[in-house]
Amino acid sequence: MNTFSSQKSHIHIKPPEGFQYVDLREISHYRDLLFFMIKRNIKVKYKQTVLGGLWAVIQPFFMMVVFTLFFGKLAKIPSDGIPYPIFNYSAMVVWAYFSQALSQSGNSIVGEGNLISKIYFPRIIIPLIPVLAGLLDFCIAFFVLILMMCYFHIYPSISSIYLPFLVLLLILTASGVGMVLAALNAKYRDIQYTIPFLVQLWMFASPIVYPSSLIPERYRIYYALNPMVGIIEGFRSALLRTDAFPTQTVLVSSLVSLTLFLVGLVYFKQVERYFADVL
Amino acid sequence: MPEPIIKVQHISKQYHIGSRERINKTFREALTDAFLAPVRNLINLRRMTRVEEDQSKSDIIWALKDINFSILPGEVIGIIGRNGAGKSTLLKILSRITSPTSGDIRLNGRISSLLEVGTGFHPELTGRENIYLNGTILGMRKQEIDRKFDEIIAFSEIEKFLDTPVKRYSSGMYVRLAFAVAAHLEPEILLVDEVLAVGDAAFQKKCLGKMGDVAKEGRTILFVSHNLAAVISLCTRSFLFDHGTLITGGATEDVVNQYIQDTTEKTKVPLDMRTDRKGDGRVRVTSFSITSSKGSPSIQSGDLMQITIGYTSQYPPSGVNFLVGIYDQLNRPIFFLDSRTTGGIPKNLKQDGYVSCITGPVNISPGPCIVNVAIIVNEDLVDHIPNITTLDIEPADF
Repeated sequence: MNTFSSQKSHIHIKPPEGFQYVDLREISHYRDLLFFMIKRNIKVKYKQTVLGGLWAVIQPFFMMVVFTLFFGKLAKIPSDGIPYPIFNYSAMVVWAYFSQALSQSGNSIVGEGNLISKIYFPRIIIPLIPVLAGLLDFCIAFFVLILMMCYFHIYPSISSIYLPFLVLLLILTASGVGMVLAALNAKYRDIQYTIPFLVQLWMFASPIVYPSSLIPERYRIYYALNPMVGIIEGFRSALLRTDAFPTQTVLVSSLVSLTLFLVGLVYFKQVERYFADVL
Repeated sequence: MPEPIIKVQHISKQYHIGSRERINKTFREALTDAFLAPVRNLINLRRMTRVEEDQSKSDIIWALKDINFSILPGEVIGIIGRNGAGKSTLLKILSRITSPTSGDIRLNGRISSLLEVGTGFHPELTGRENIYLNGTILGMRKQEIDRKFDEIIAFSEIEKFLDTPVKRYSSGMYVRLAFAVAAHLEPEILLVDEVLAVGDAAFQKKCLGKMGDVAKEGRTILFVSHNLAAVISLCTRSFLFDHGTLITGGATEDVVNQYIQDTTEKTKVPLDMRTDRKGDGRVRVTSFSITSSKGSPSIQSGDLMQITIGYTSQYPPSGVNFLVGIYDQLNRPIFFLDSRTTGGIPKNLKQDGYVSCITGPVNISPGPCIVNVAIIVNEDLVDHIPNITTLDIEPADF
């Protein structure tokens, strides 16, 4: 046994006082748990469905079809000079991942209540599972985006090298907000009813059905405080060449999403001690 | 003296129990109340996680109060006590599931807890997948599970169903697999809570055997159980808890005896004041005596026993039957009388009266035992008194 024979572990249990730090060593010890929980999440997700992993595409794709009809054709919302379907789908891929990750993460602590009240492990793992497990769906939906780009003869620009960074921002934002919601939800179950319309509002506050260029120039900097703005516009610029890479917006968004992640982490750590008592 | 592996000092745990529901008398009250409800809810929810300084508040309970003990490496400790005594709370604090309100614990070793078998099992996943999932939840690393995989399978006896989703398992197989994973943990300290209450007798025996082995390997075990026989056979030392306090600790035999004495104390409460009776009370037991057939209160092994039950009924009784059960200290039945099978109760009894019976020679092994009495009217249980009295059967050369 690795930790067992080589070194004695000393544990000191006392009422939590003051600031609670994140114990990275402990999380690293439990990384196998994180791995198996992600695997469980993925395996169970499409069990006993006919279409299985196709659902990862169907959701964003049909949303895109609906939006194309209503916003693209009827309302004639501009789409930065590229066909509306791909303009919208490129954002839907990002959004479908984000909204799923956010709502599953927000409900994760309550959902795993039985586990939390029966066994000890670093609680922080729980809200991270859906955020990481969702990446597989994201990849599937992204693959379809590539097919659509071929169909519309649109080729990515050099700034595509920033894509991994944008995905990282996406993960940080989803897990940051997810951790706050999950921790709040443990005590205040109002959160579970808040999440659906938070997601809806946030969607319309992000450039998904419309381009950022509709926002008046002088408000853009405030608009970028929504980290999804930088992420989505970054995606569009890199893949669809809508505009030059929006460096300034992405920078603001990065700062905000990093802040959200840290706030989520810190808040979660401060309140996790009472989870077992309120679930 | 070696350093203790567990040192618990002044541990207390406070819980808020919800405040009473208010009842609105008028429509107006109900309406204003509905508008004020969010404010009240918020206050209540906020209080839930706050430590209350004022300890006299009525909605606070102390699940544990100022607990102190230490345990040496290799000891196997039994923890006994009635429901709500604080046993499970103690295990939850030791396993870091919840934190204490005050106090301090030092553990010198890796700790694993088994508060439930199969925590985290997912019904859709196969046996193999669940072994890894459950193993890592319990704190094992993947390579550790890889190494013990064959042993776990052998112990659980489910080789053939390894790749079947566990939702298709029988409950017995499910429990066997779950316990097998847990049994292969190698912590220095193992906390076990009532997990042996599941599975069939043969498997329970196997589990107890496995726990005995674990103990022999020199690991420290804390074992919470209502199964006093298991506690006696496994544990060298025990603690008795009641209402959140540690009543006594010491050699298991002594502690178990005190626990039994404490429970039998209740028999001194007069019958009509007993609150642990069951049944609708159409016919009630008013008095009870059990003596040897010679009328002596001390009964020897092999004596004839005379049992007399006084009763009262709300209306002229018919179809009344009396049951008497004698149990040993560990609540195992050793003797049973049922007037439905013995017969002898007249069809129409008087409204108040006595029934009496003399048994044949009864071979009960010497020692303390507990007597339960019940009255049944046409198959309905109308009165049941557990532990109506205790007997101390004396040895004899019967």
